[in-house]
Amino acid sequence: MAMTWILALYFSLSLLFGALTGTLPELSAAMTEGAASAVTLALSLAGIMSLWSGILEVLRRAGAMDALARLLRPVLRRLYPAFAENRQVLGDISANVSANLLGLGNAATPAGIRAARGMYDGSGNASDALCMLVICNTASIQLLPTTVAALRADAGAAAPFDILPAVWLSSGISVLVGILAAKLLSRIWR
Amino acid sequence: MEGFSAVLPVFILVGGVLWGLFRRVNVYEALTVGAAEGLRVVVRIFPSLLTMLVCISLMRTSGFLEAVEGLLGPVLSRFGIPPEVAPLLLIRPISGGGALGVGAELIAQYGPDSEVGRTAAVMLGSTETTFYTISVYFGGLGIHRTRYAVPAALCADAAGFLSAAWAVRVLF
Repeated sequence: MAMTWILALYFSLSLLFGALTGTLPELSAAMTEGAASAVTLALSLAGIMSLWSGILEVLRRAGAMDALARLLRPVLRRLYPAFAENRQVLGDISANVSANLLGLGNAATPAGIRAARGMYDGSGNASDALCMLVICNTASIQLLPTTVAALRADAGAAAPFDILPAVWLSSGISVLVGILAAKLLSRIWR
Repeated sequence: MEGFSAVLPVFILVGGVLWGLFRRVNVYEALTVGAAEGLRVVVRIFPSLLTMLVCISLMRTSGFLEAVEGLLGPVLSRFGIPPEVAPLLLIRPISGGGALGVGAELIAQYGPDSEVGRTAAVMLGSTETTFYTISVYFGGLGIHRTRYAVPAALCADAAGFLSAAWAVRVLF
């Protein structure tokens, strides 16, 4: 619903600005151009995104997710003290996090929702653990931002993945701030 | 570093295939099944990509986008964020496909190796579709009192945007 309001607002403001700046006749052409550029973009992304998705599926089947999950378990125990001894929930959380790290959205969400179900007490309230799970999922921790790299490659970047260190640094800061904010707010926001 | 990131993709491809072989994975089948899944993702995000690119095209042609940049620019510059990425900040937490559209437009417009293009890319790579994710998790379970989840998630987004601009300035 939010998107409906945003679109309605942006569309009508564009029309208004078009009338004010005298670019109204060009707006119809801009509409067609925008639609055409979506096709060009989707087509040029389709190849490389499918390929990455294939590579990641090979890595997943080779056990990359399980290896990451084992590495993560000690950290996750600390992050979710209420479920540190709950093997089922902790297993789902680590599957969720390692799928997110690998950028496997289709594996991450079901695991995350299973974890959330396991944590939920049916009260209608978000517990601290549930908030932590959701906050960690709203922050991006993908190790290989393949879609963005595909965008950059399509635009003719010299080395599409040269943003990796910047992405890792920025993701790390973002996740840490999210976790810190959650820890602080959980004390005052009951 | 430049050499590393240039050879990384092909090393992951070949390394992945060999590791899969070693772990007795049916590599060819996995690769094609995964590729089919990737294609479905492209098809799934296409409608929001289309809508957003039409929207951005209208905004840019009409001069509205320039006005938004002019309005938010001074505030963003104070935080070290290039004013041109303003539209991306507004759409990122709401629509993943939409943000991809805006990011693609920025990268094409200013060039992938420009500061604006790089900042847009790093922002896309280090943040998520916050509101969508929150609604999937809490909406699915029927949780109404979400307590501090939204403000904390938005703190993480703000930190992601700020540090993306900062990281691009420091590292490039």
